[in-house]
Amino acid sequence: MNYFVIVDVTLRRGISDPEGSTIERALPALGFTGVSNVHAGKSFRFDVEADSEGAALEKATALAERLLSNPVIEDASARIGER
Amino acid sequence: MTKRRIGVVVFPGSNCEYDAAAAVTRLGDEAEFVWHTRTDLKGIDGVILPGGFAHGDYLRPGALARFSPVMGAVERFAADGGPVLGICNGFQVLVEAGMLPGALQKNRGLTFLCQPTTIVVTSTSSVLTRGAKVGQELVVPINHFSGSYTCDDETHDELVRNKQIVLRYKDNPNGSRDDIAGVANEAGNVVGLMPHPERAMSTLTGSADGWVLFESFLGVRVVPFVRAS
Repeated sequence: MNYFVIVDVTLRRGISDPEGSTIERALPALGFTGVSNVHAGKSFRFDVEADSEGAALEKATALAERLLSNPVIEDASARIGER
Repeated sequence: MTKRRIGVVVFPGSNCEYDAAAAVTRLGDEAEFVWHTRTDLKGIDGVILPGGFAHGDYLRPGALARFSPVMGAVERFAADGGPVLGICNGFQVLVEAGMLPGALQKNRGLTFLCQPTTIVVTSTSSVLTRGAKVGQELVVPINHFSGSYTCDDETHDELVRNKQIVLRYKDNPNGSRDDIAGVANEAGNVVGLMPHPERAMSTLTGSADGWVLFESFLGVRVVPFVRAS
């Protein structure tokens, strides 16, 4: 069956995140205070045909590590999502 | 003397292939465009991955280009010791393909940079810098959004130890770790750099400092550096 999978790709800890810090610096100007540790990333969503949730996640994780993320600077995590 | 034949790989979205080819022919060698679906590099003496936006830079610069059919041939060519040069987007392709260490991130400040920069030769242990001198300063333009070189501490230690950091920015424009502008693999036959030496081939257009790098890469004549007065 088809499983709806969401993959989040974020920069690894310690890797500078100019997008995240720029967003963070812009927030107070808009009146949003008390927001910190902003990180920018990417989100992918797709259907995976598999026999089980576990198998779907395994496949999604493999393709996320191979293509969707660059393991040198990014972490990828896959989860089953709700439509 | 037989002319060397340099393969200039063309991905959909490459846009510096003509400049790269012109730099090669200017020095008396031949350039051949190699479309990215080709799987052999017969008769090729050196490979250049030019700048541009291979596969639209979708996902990440170089992320899709590394899966182009030609890259298998480029990897085999490099493994056999063949000289491979990645310029700008070509450098991004080489790190994504794992042929060079590290990664290239968006510039510090999130601005697209297009300007002349001064780079310093910091190692001559590579096909790109073997004819230059350590400490030699070159004015070469940069033209990129994702040129901030990054790697972990362990990789950085290794790069320093093996003299793989071949070029550094004199005045770091993009936030690159340790001012790194170009790196080589351990053997020195695969090199990538963000600046565009193919656009620094004539004083008419601002600088001819790319000559020494192309002469090194082509193995033309390894001349002693004469400092301009």
